[in-house]
Amino acid sequence: MKHIISALVENKPGVLAHVAGMFAARAFNIDSLVVGRTEDPELSRMTIVVIGDDRVVEQVRKQLAKVVPVVKVQDFAGQPVVARDLMLIAVSATPEKRPEVLSMVEMFKAKVVDIGQKLLMVEVSGPERKIEAFIDACRPYGIKSVARTGTIAMPRQVKTDSRPLITDNR
Amino acid sequence: MKSKSCSSAGSADQSSIKAGLSTTLKAGAQIIVDTLIEQGVDTMFGYLGGVVLPLFDRLYDAPINFINPRHEQGGCHMADAYARASGKVGVVVATSGPGACNLVTGLATAMMDSVPVVAITGQVRTELIGNDAFQEADITGITRPITKYNCIVKDVEDLARTVREAFYIASTGRPGPVLVDVPVDIEVARCKTDGPVEMKLPGYRVRTKGNARQISMVAKEINKAQQPVLYVGGGVIIANASEELRAVAEKAHLPVTTTLLGLGSYDQSRPESLDMLGMHGAAYANYAVQECDLLIAVGARFDDRVTGKLKAFAPNAKIIHIDIDPSSISKNVRVDIPVVGDAKIILAALVKEVEYHERKRWFKKIAEWKNKFPFSYDRDSTTIKPQYVVEEICRLTEGRAIITTGVGQNQMWAAQFYRFSRPRQLISSGGLGTMGYGLPAAIGAQVAKPEALVIDIDGDHSFNMTMTELRTAVENKLPIKVCILNNGYMGMVRQWQELFYNKRYSKSYLSNPDYAAVAEALGAVGITVDKKGDVPKGIKKMLGVARPCVVDFRIEREENVWPMVPAGKSLNEMDGLDILESMA
Repeated sequence: MKHIISALVENKPGVLAHVAGMFAARAFNIDSLVVGRTEDPELSRMTIVVIGDDRVVEQVRKQLAKVVPVVKVQDFAGQPVVARDLMLIAVSATPEKRPEVLSMVEMFKAKVVDIGQKLLMVEVSGPERKIEAFIDACRPYGIKSVARTGTIAMPRQVKTDSRPLITDNR
Repeated sequence: MKSKSCSSAGSADQSSIKAGLSTTLKAGAQIIVDTLIEQGVDTMFGYLGGVVLPLFDRLYDAPINFINPRHEQGGCHMADAYARASGKVGVVVATSGPGACNLVTGLATAMMDSVPVVAITGQVRTELIGNDAFQEADITGITRPITKYNCIVKDVEDLARTVREAFYIASTGRPGPVLVDVPVDIEVARCKTDGPVEMKLPGYRVRTKGNARQISMVAKEINKAQQPVLYVGGGVIIANASEELRAVAEKAHLPVTTTLLGLGSYDQSRPESLDMLGMHGAAYANYAVQECDLLIAVGARFDDRVTGKLKAFAPNAKIIHIDIDPSSISKNVRVDIPVVGDAKIILAALVKEVEYHERKRWFKKIAEWKNKFPFSYDRDSTTIKPQYVVEEICRLTEGRAIITTGVGQNQMWAAQFYRFSRPRQLISSGGLGTMGYGLPAAIGAQVAKPEALVIDIDGDHSFNMTMTELRTAVENKLPIKVCILNNGYMGMVRQWQELFYNKRYSKSYLSNPDYAAVAEALGAVGITVDKKGDVPKGIKKMLGVARPCVVDFRIEREENVWPMVPAGKSLNEMDGLDILESMA
């Protein structure tokens, strides 16, 4: 099972190596790892998608918390979150195929960010499933290259209803 | 080569230090020394080299007893054993590149056994880092998985704070080694050092107190248990919680078994003691754990050498785990009641809530196992049995010596046949199993406890690995004793080859030197004992010598350690019980 773990870490050199090294040394499987700055210049946030059963993920959480520059660890399992990936994808789109591709872009609420003679570069964001679906939809046209961020996530504020208005829990 | 100065770290740096002293600004090297002294360091270990010259220049006048090993690995083990024997932080210094790399085995040893060590390494000049400079190694990268924390200091303003943090992290919570890498230009750079420097560790928190509700739950479980066992690890020794442990065990009337590193936390002469458990533990301890209805683990981590086959470990027991490291809990074994915190505080709270129960049937059962399967060996043998040597050492030292060990059979025989009565009395590499640990460990322990009798019970192959450090003991007038249980083999792997590889003794034999002659050449006293009748005489002679002394006991060559839980078997599936039973 996939778990999204969010770790607030000190923004200093070596932290990423420490976290990544710990994952490798303890044979934990990382599906994706995203690091970025936060509103506090002294802190970064790592969002890590881990594959494993509850026992493994409990260890991941504890081992992460043990890393000295890791300030806070949250496991989002079992709570409503918004989880998003970002992708840039270059799709073959000759002039005659272009309308088809563009309508697909429209359907996925994606965005064309660059256009060439034979290629369209499209920016897609959303839950991982949507990204995967867009890749599948592009396959028949030919995919030149894909760059993806991995998942970032944040818990939802609404807790009155166990079923949020928009569900994209994974 | 190492001792030669890096050309670039030469004369210019010296003058800048002198300049630093004449103003209110302080050089990095001086900041390090001052912070060490502020942290209570009066003893340290280390080896010189090019990029640590500024630091060693400042150490020249410092009120610190400095021990030079012959190899950085030895220095790191010495700092580690100094910490284990004294409860203080051990400090080791090494130069960049090869010097720092030689600390690796020592740091990993300290990491596995949760020993507070601070290592300070020199690094090439900041602007050379990453350029494959002479004697450059990415030591923070190399040691990241084998230190509790490490970092490189790139601004002299951060130096005092970082060294302070290193001591704090190394010695609190679950202790461990911390490495601080200091480029040579930071050692000579100067900065103002007025006012206290606050630590900045937003991600480092230690829980010591223990949850009161969980402690009450533990007490309740203990009070209703019919067949409980206390399973005690090195954490109790680290926490200085032996008194509290004794109080709980006595008041609640609980049998106590310890891990290798837990030996000494509970007086083995007490009736509740079940001695050591695990792969080569006492049969009665292993049986008790397998049949108990409540297992109370304190400062132990359910290591595979302790549990045997995990799925079959203590199958009928509720499991309680008291530990300061939350990540230890439910790592290997699913725990029913965890208590996170300091063993001393938790046991002191627990003792107030436990009640005495006689548990007659349980203790009777244990007594039967004890009678049937004691640690034993062929006492009528005409050859020198290693177990006999250890028993005699124990008898002639009245069980008072600090014992260090190598790794393998020698270590297990020391653990089985010496009787430990107080914490910090056994100093051994448990987790990492570092051959060559015994001699430098004896030196570190002797430095920490100058008045104590320190004996390294070693194997011949273990001793081979670091025997050059004998000269360190001689030079520093440290009267350590080394008893080599010399069977000419890498004994434990030979035992495995005998049992599991059809006696194909592949590469488990090396030709040994005459250890007594080696000892004499290095300035120590050397004694060879090759007759059983000479064993007590040899030990007495050793004890009578005021200098470092090595006794080479030529023991029975193919003696095995029993009992033995083969890898992958559960604790009650021990081999060699028939042998123990026949000797009982």
